[in-house]
Formats: sequence, structure tokens, C-alpha cells
Amino acid sequence: MESAQRLDHNSELTLLEFPFIIRWREDRCSRCGRCTAVCPSKAIEASVMAQRLVNSQGDTPLPDTIRRVSQVIRQVNDIDRHCVGCGTCSLVCPNMAIMPEYNPSHKFLFHKNRGGIPYARGGRRNAPGTSTLDKLKFTRISMLTDPSLDAGRHEFHIRTLLGRSLPAEALPIERAGELLQLKPDGFIPPVREIFPIRIGGMSIGALSPPMWEGLAMGVAYLNEVENIPVVMCSGEGGLPPRLLKSRYLKYFIPQIASGYFGWDEIIHALPDMIEEPAAIEIKYGQGAKPGDGGLLMAYKVLKLIAKIRGVPMYVDLASPPTHQTKYSIEEAVAKMIQSVSMAWGFRVPVYPKISGTKTALAVLNNLARNPYAAALTIDGEDGATGAAYNVSMDKMGHPIASNLRDCYLELVRSGQQNELPLFAAGGVGKEANLAANAAALILLGASGVDIGKYIMQAAAECYGDERNRCNLCNLGRCPRGITTQDPRLYRRLDADRVAERVVDVFKTAEVELKKIFAPMGRSTQLPIGMSDGLGVGDQAIADRLSISYVC
Amino acid sequence: MCRLSAIAAGEYFSVMENILALDTMKEGHDGSGLGVTLQNLGGEFEHLKEYPILSGICTDAGRRKIDDYMESQGFKVKFMWEPRIKEGPGINVKKRGHYLATAYQYPDHYLDRPQAEKEELLTRTRLELRRQGSDDDSLYVFSFWPDVITLKEVGDPLEVGLFFGFDTHPLTAKVILAQGRQNTNYAIQLYACHPFFLQGYCTMTNGENTAFIPNRDYLTGRGVDGYTGYSSDSEVFCHTLHYVHHQLKYPLPYYKDVVTPLKDSELSGRADGQVLGLLKRSLRQLCIDGPNCIIGFLPDGTIFLTQDAKKLRPGIVGGVPGKYGLMSEECGLEQVLPQRRRENDIIPMRADMVIIPPGAQEVKVWNQLNGSITTPN
Repeated sequence: MESAQRLDHNSELTLLEFPFIIRWREDRCSRCGRCTAVCPSKAIEASVMAQRLVNSQGDTPLPDTIRRVSQVIRQVNDIDRHCVGCGTCSLVCPNMAIMPEYNPSHKFLFHKNRGGIPYARGGRRNAPGTSTLDKLKFTRISMLTDPSLDAGRHEFHIRTLLGRSLPAEALPIERAGELLQLKPDGFIPPVREIFPIRIGGMSIGALSPPMWEGLAMGVAYLNEVENIPVVMCSGEGGLPPRLLKSRYLKYFIPQIASGYFGWDEIIHALPDMIEEPAAIEIKYGQGAKPGDGGLLMAYKVLKLIAKIRGVPMYVDLASPPTHQTKYSIEEAVAKMIQSVSMAWGFRVPVYPKISGTKTALAVLNNLARNPYAAALTIDGEDGATGAAYNVSMDKMGHPIASNLRDCYLELVRSGQQNELPLFAAGGVGKEANLAANAAALILLGASGVDIGKYIMQAAAECYGDERNRCNLCNLGRCPRGITTQDPRLYRRLDADRVAERVVDVFKTAEVELKKIFAPMGRSTQLPIGMSDGLGVGDQAIADRLSISYVC
Repeated sequence: MCRLSAIAAGEYFSVMENILALDTMKEGHDGSGLGVTLQNLGGEFEHLKEYPILSGICTDAGRRKIDDYMESQGFKVKFMWEPRIKEGPGINVKKRGHYLATAYQYPDHYLDRPQAEKEELLTRTRLELRRQGSDDDSLYVFSFWPDVITLKEVGDPLEVGLFFGFDTHPLTAKVILAQGRQNTNYAIQLYACHPFFLQGYCTMTNGENTAFIPNRDYLTGRGVDGYTGYSSDSEVFCHTLHYVHHQLKYPLPYYKDVVTPLKDSELSGRADGQVLGLLKRSLRQLCIDGPNCIIGFLPDGTIFLTQDAKKLRPGIVGGVPGKYGLMSEECGLEQVLPQRRRENDIIPMRADMVIIPPGAQEVKVWNQLNGSITTPN
């Protein structure tokens, strides 16, 4: 007997399985077609609908039926064309006739593996709710027993050190009478004084030209005009040739990752560099997708990208999950740090970035003994990425707070907390509290923090969130023009406006950091590890982080 | 805010002078305690300069612990001093067992050891005794060092002074630091009372130290036995002084450069600006933000006063050649040295470190901004 499925659509999904359901108002829609044209996932389409209208006029019921065919906007129930909830349709609709609505009872992940292909996406871990960082409060307020500082009146020095500081005993100084003087020949590791919030690694290629340019312009403006020394990591993908030879290079941190993309060009530009980069970051892992590599898909590898990365156009660029040449931290990693340091005559700090992990302490202990390791960046599970398997993003990784705290306390135990600065990343500003999250991590022991997703959300209105809204960075169809190489999309993004917003963000963060540190009575040095300033209303978190429980 | 009263002189003077100065500043402290540290002792101790003196408080049981331990280590009692305790109306101080200042002879096998080893022995011994008293509060030891006595007790400073019988039988010395305690954040605990002492270095401070945790965590990682305790957030000032001057062997003014480093834009004003830039990085965990006025002395009897980088606390220095007072308030100075020329009083500002060399014949003001030294009077 023939199955009835063809007749009752039993093999199809209802829209209730979908994470976002389109609310379309026929009465408002002018059928202009802008929404269907702009939808990045082709989740809606123009369609026709046969309608039967019952009409009755006169004193007695004389129902009459009219059949008509009307044009409608229909949400498709193809799982590979699911509505991502970006809301671009509502943005372009002239009549406010359409809007996606989150469906909390969706069963999206049951179905999003057609063809045996696991679900991949961009964005960060889908875990809405209050993060540990946002649960931390600043509870040490100086007031009547001692005057607190005035964020508006006192001078604040919101700066941190990127680079290894020698212990005082190892400084090449000697006493000459009542003065100390430098010894003529002593190695002093390079150290940069920077703003404690950095822009983390996002590559040209992953980001569109106007997005990357906007960030870069914002960073340059902050340094040169606002005197806020923000630095920015290139991500794995090199730097534009003109930037490499410009005086602005000092605000950038070129990143080496497992694909080494762009490094041929960087090395060849060395003789023409008039400034040295702020630092070099060696990426061994990424908090958003530990153990997962990167992939810049062929259609994103246009002429500019190919040129910067030193590869042919239109080929998939895979960054393996691991550095293929790295077999041990004691030898290969140490050699890599040393040889990169050597390329710039040991005048540029070189540091690794790892994903948050239970094994971070082992890495840390090794780096603490390596005189050329300039810092350690730990990237927690709430970090974001342009492309990864959903399972890697949602289920792999380590929260940053306890990972960072463990590492800091380990350094305290060995008395090296001032030698090897720790930078924390992953979920900083996840709920828009950038300065508060950064300050909390600093009080737990971080010398600074990295942001990525936050700056895309704040400076370029990225739609992505932790309910899986949008998050299609991996497909090159970013509706905001942030993570795409398609000129039709990225021309929507104004690089100047991005730069303006970057400046807004950092100026705001500086004021807010002052507002946090002033009542705690700290202004001249960043209160790194000042954990008595923190409290939390959760006993387990308090115990784990060795801070006060407050209620 | 705690009140500070330090006096340095060429001749021996009574500790009561410090206490009377504190009494004039009474409005500023709630009488929650008095701590005094005396260096270069006179009277009965004048001829015992080379013998380490154990200062502390103990119960009978604590005393037995001290006697047993010191004997087991080979220390021999050379001289015992106890204050002549007065109790009665107007003296609201609760007596707790014995108040000790006992001079010992080094164990025989240490007599010919280098000075550094002797110092290590004294610190180790003090810490062990402190540990033995920590379980049952049977004993407190504040210092164990040659030519130094420390006494601490809870109560109004003047009443504590009378309680110890200092009005009739005072201890005398050439350098004395005294603090009238204003209890703030912490429960009254004898180990939290200033001054703090370690291996010849002593400081007392007023104000909270907002950078206490980073300071403490850095010091405890230095691998120095004496960097422990920290019942008060101000104890780190003493240990930082010890670290900078004793361990790193930097000249005294660099103590100020460590706790209140210059801004980068100010470094060029100093001949050693480059070095200061490095120190600022390497020792940034020892930087403070105040509000603090720090008064301290070195093993050689040099006494100093310096302020936090915003000068958020009062402090004044004045006197005559042969005797100077370093006080948190002018009325204290007025009490001790009414004969001085007031127009020569020094009110140290944020970049100043007032240094009075041993013998107290002159005052030097070292300026952090340019490294210059002036001798105002």
C-alpha cells in the first residue's frame, strides 16, 4: 500500500521545529520583495496562496464564497534554509510587515545534519544566561575609613604591560654610590605598555575589507589622537603590504597560526619595516573551537586575500587544528618562540595563545621557564569564531574565569606573577559589560583581555547572539557585511563608521574602568590580582576563584 | 586614621615622649591600641647592644614554651626586663600574662658565624615561636633582634603607657616609633598593630593599603622567611622596605621609587630614569595607591618619612639638631619639640622623602622628581 506521507506531508518539518519563525503581516506587506532579496539564508520566498473567503451581505445570511489567489511571503521548511533570525528582512521592510521570532521549543539540532554533515556555524557558544564574569561584583569600596579616589579628578593610568618583566634580581643594574645604573650589556626583554583591552585575532579574509579597515583605522585613531594605546591582533591571515611598511605597524600584533598564512609576505617585508609590531602572537588554540582548525572557503579567497596570504585565488585555505611541526612544548614551541623573536632581533614580544584547558597549568609552567616567552593568552570557551562545528563551539573548551585564576595563582605560588603576563579572552563583554568583565578578569589576575565578538557587535552591529541568531559567518553571507568577501554584501558596511564606533567603545571602556578602579582606591597601577576587590553571590564560584562570597 | 609619632635623637629619650605626643592627637584615634618599637636602647639595655632581645607577650604556658624552645636552641638568657605594670582607676588596660623583653646570648655554635647566618637564625626563631603561640594565643613575639624592643597592647595609648609604668620607669632609646591605633577594617589583633619589624627594618603607617593583596602576594613569593604574617594590610610596607634595601641592596630613596613610582613623563627628570623605568615594571606589584604616610627606620638608625603619590595623608617633620620628630600631626611635634623653629617645619609632599641620618643631627629632604637632596635647616 502506498505510504500516506506524500499526502499528509509527514516527512516534512513543521515550522515549529525551526529556531526562528517568520511573522509576516499580510495587511502591511506591499509585496516589494526586499525581504526575500536580502534574506541571507533564503528562508523566505515569494509564493502564492489560494484563499477562500466567505462573504455575506444583506439582512439574512446569504453566504457566498470567493476564491482568490494572493501573493504571500512564505517561510520555507527546508532545514538547510532555516531562518537564522538575523532580522535583515525587518530592517529593509518599509512597512514593518515582517519580523523573525525566536522559537524556544525548536528542535533544530535534531535535524541540522542532512547529508551526514555536522552543523557548522560562526559566533560563540550558544549558552544564553548570566556568565560567571557577569556574576562577579566589585565589593571593596573605600569611603569613610579612607578616601576613595575620584574618577573625574585624579589621574589614572589604565595601562598594562605586554612582555616579560625580569625579576628585580635579574635586572642588569648595579649600584654606583647612591644611584643605580644600567650595566652596559644585559638583555632586557621587550615590553609594550598598552591599554588592557586588546582587539583579538580576526583575520583579513574572515573579516570583510571594510570591517578590518574600520577596526584598523579605529585603533590608529585611538593611539594617535586619543592617546589610548589599543593594540589589535591580525588573526591568521597576514597584514596588508602597505600597513607592514607603515608607521602604524606598531599598533598591530601579527599572528602566526597553523596555516602560516601571510607570513611569507611578512618576512619579506621585514627589511622595509620602519616600525616594529606591538608583538607577535603564536596561536596554538582558540577558545571557541579547541582542537578544531580553521577554513577559509575558496569563494572567500579573492585577489586581495590571495595577495595578502601569499596563496592562489579560489582555493580552500585550511588551518590545521594543530601546528604540524610542533611535537613538544619544551623543544619545538620554545624554538618557535625563539626563532620568531630572533627575526626581530629580540625587540618584539612573542607569546602564545592557547584555548582554555585543564592543561593550561602545564603550558604555563613551561612558558614561565622560557625566558623568551613574553606572555600567555588563554582563550576561554565563550570566545567566538568565524567558522566551526557546532559541537566544538557548544561543548568543547574551558570557562575562562577559573582557568585564568588557576594560572595566576600558580604564578603567585612561584613568585612569577609579574614576570609572565596573562591575557584572558573568551566571552569578555558577552552581555555588553565590557569594562566590568575586563576589570573582573584583571582582579582575578589577568594583565589584560581580548575582545572579538563584542567589537563586532558594538562597532558593526553584528546580529549574532547566544540563541544562535544569525551566526552564519562561516557561509560568507554575513548580512551586515562583516564576515564576507562578497562586495554586494560588504559594501553595506561603512569602514569610517566602524572606526568611529571602535573609538566610542574604547573611550567608554576607559571611563568605565576608572569608575570601577576609583572606588577601590587604585589608579597608578592596574590592580592585577587584587582579588579582595571581588565578591560573588555564589558560594561555589567564590570557593573556586578564592574570592569572597557575598549576599 | 591611626596617629604616628616617631622621634630620633642623638641622646636617649623616654618612650613617654612619643606617647604624650600621641595623646595630643587623641581626636584622631579611638584608643584601640599602642605599638612602640625602640631602637638603639638606653638604660639597662645600653650595654647589651650585641644581644638579641625577644619582645613579646605570653601567658605562663607561653613562657614555658619560650623557655623550652630557646633553651633547646642553645640561647642563654642574658638579661630579662619586664615593665612595672600599673593597674587601677583610669587605666583601662587588660593585663595579659607577661610582657617580655629578654636579651639572649647566641647559641655557642653561632657565636662565630657570619652576621647573615645570625640574622637568619633570629628570624627563624621568632617565626617558630610565633607558630607555637598561634594555636592557643599563649604567646606573641613582635621582634627578636639586637638593640630593639617592641611592645604592643590594646587600649588608649596614654593609658597603655601608664600601664607599662613608663611614667616612672620608662624605656629609653635614640629612635622610637609609636603608633596610636585607629581600628578600621580588621578586628583588634596584636599582630595587626604597628609598628612592624623585620631584621632591623621597621615601619608604621596610617591609612589603608588598597594594593595590599598584590603587595602581599608578591612578597610571599620572594622566598624570604620573614615575609609572612600580614594580619594588617600595612605590614607589607615594612617587608617591601626590607626587600628593596636589604635583599636588593638599593639605596633608601629607591624605596619611594618602588612604592610610588614616577609617571613615565617624569622619569626623564632623573639621572637614573632608565633604571627607574625598569624598576617600575619589575616591581609594579609593590606599588601602592595610598592613602598612606609611611614612617620607618633602617638597621643603622636612619629614620624616614614619605607619602603616597597623591599625598592623601598628613605628615610633618621638625626639630632641632640632635632631636627630630616625625609626626602625623603638628600638635604632636609641638608637644615633643616646642623649642624648635616652627618656620623650619617640613610638610613632605608627594615627591618628598624626609631622611634623618643616624645621630639625628640634620634633616635631608630627597626629592623624587629630580633626585636632589636639600637640608632645610
